[in-house]
Amino acid sequence: MAIIEIKNLTKKFNGLTAVDNVSLDIEEGELFGFLGPNGAGKTTTISMLSTTLRPTSGTATLAGFDIIKEQHDVRQNIGIVFQDPSLDTELTGRENLRFHGRMYNMPHDLREQRIAEVLELVELTDKADIVVKKYSGGMKRRLEIARGLMHHPKVLFLDEPTLGLDPQTRRRLWSYIHNLNKSENVTMMLTTHYMDEADKLCNRVGIIDRGKIVAVDTNHNLKKVVGGDVVTLGTDNPQKLRAALETEVKVGKIEVKEDSITFVISDGDHFIPQIIKCAEHRGIDISSVHSDEPSLEDVFIHYTGKRVRDKEADEKDNFRDHVRQRQKMRR
Amino acid sequence: MKYFRTIYTVWLREMRRFWRDRSRLIGNLAMPFMFLAFLGVGFNSSFSIPGLEGGYIGYLAPGIIGMSLMFTAIFTGISVIFDKQFGFLREMLVAPASRWSIVGGKILGSSTITLISGFMILGIALLMGAIPLSAITVGNILLAMVIMVLTAFIFVSIGLIIASKMNSMEGFNLIMSFLIMPLFLLSGAFFPIENVPGWMQVLAGADPLKYGVDGLRSVLIGVGELPVAMNVLVLFAISAVMVLIASLLFRKMEA
Repeated sequence: MAIIEIKNLTKKFNGLTAVDNVSLDIEEGELFGFLGPNGAGKTTTISMLSTTLRPTSGTATLAGFDIIKEQHDVRQNIGIVFQDPSLDTELTGRENLRFHGRMYNMPHDLREQRIAEVLELVELTDKADIVVKKYSGGMKRRLEIARGLMHHPKVLFLDEPTLGLDPQTRRRLWSYIHNLNKSENVTMMLTTHYMDEADKLCNRVGIIDRGKIVAVDTNHNLKKVVGGDVVTLGTDNPQKLRAALETEVKVGKIEVKEDSITFVISDGDHFIPQIIKCAEHRGIDISSVHSDEPSLEDVFIHYTGKRVRDKEADEKDNFRDHVRQRQKMRR
Repeated sequence: MKYFRTIYTVWLREMRRFWRDRSRLIGNLAMPFMFLAFLGVGFNSSFSIPGLEGGYIGYLAPGIIGMSLMFTAIFTGISVIFDKQFGFLREMLVAPASRWSIVGGKILGSSTITLISGFMILGIALLMGAIPLSAITVGNILLAMVIMVLTAFIFVSIGLIIASKMNSMEGFNLIMSFLIMPLFLLSGAFFPIENVPGWMQVLAGADPLKYGVDGLRSVLIGVGELPVAMNVLVLFAISAVMVLIASLLFRKMEA
């Protein structure tokens, strides 16, 4: 049984449908990414799942408890890191955690033990007795994550956990989140509008746009839908390599530059060694190999038809469009 | 049991914040002290209240205690707006705890702070000789405490009601001008309500603070318009209604 089962969940605000008939299963232990642009309905969905917002129709169960009929049990089994900060900045880190432990009805000894554990996990032990208003943005976020995990929730919701943080802090938070998902054995549902965040962090991603789920799958499978890998080979003789590729291996449109060629190939991992062998055979030197998966941004564009960047797309995008077109025709 | 735990948790947080911000306490005491010292001594030299044996400063002291109770209570109640702005309200509301207990803890915590500041003004008034030491008996202290607690409940609840309707402190000037100041001026803190024109007596009659001030004055200097029991009864009735309204509004609050 899935730990979160969402069934036809809908939320309307004054006739505007923020979440439109969403159905989704999330399995225990997953680090699930909920990806979409701002205003797509991510936070509204999380609010309904965490019982702070009543659905207009549909429902969901969380660890077997209904989010409408068994709110109390749902709350006991979830932790939330809100999009906006939610700490008492006049209290110390430890006092914030104690407040949380008491509100979640944890017995004294267990509470103190968990406080020590979670502080250790987010490396805030030595800062625990400092007032939170003296914390940096990243420290506050870590404390909130620690707090969300403190009462052993089965599910932890992370709503845009790295919003407004600098790139270095974001990357550190990613590694915390990734490690906690394993070490605390907690299912995580993360919302983000950063494509790279979902890409780096999540096993499985649901793409939401205008309140509707447009695709749910593993990152790998989603990217496969877009096309193959984008491969760039560095060589001193690109024209000759091009000729070789065109006869020996089936690849898409080849883009030739002065000292490299770029092309899209499905299942590049498998074909690249073959290409190199073939080039060597014909006496062409290959100086570098660079293979890139399509990004989740490409996936997003694929499903929603919307570009994040403006119309003035660069050549690479045109190139990808072309490939996509070809694949559709092939199907 | 769980309910008490939640109440205690929320109460404890209020206490922690209060204790951490001791400078606020000094600030809270400064204004009442100046009212007593300058206004009290000033009027004492030139005016007397008809039928009052002690000086004006003795008459003023219970009024200033009442003022301090009201200001502290409304401010601490209204601080929920900051919890909204800083997001801490969400942390409270999403916990598996009853909302009644959360609002109960908030009211009790804010009222405790209010009570502390009330007793500190009482101490200052005693030190200044505004209130005779002979007034301090166990019975009187308990009675004063009951009046102070009920007054605190009323104004903390009013603060919470305001906070449930406001999302920022922007409108606070309006509240100060059109709610807090009239309540203060009509409470009889400065002058006896018995002698004012009828229209003003009617307005004052609707001011909960009037019953708090009058009750405290009866207990502390033995002068009062209504019997103490009457004041306590009215305060009790108003506080019951206010606490109920505040709790209902708080329950509906969306963080």
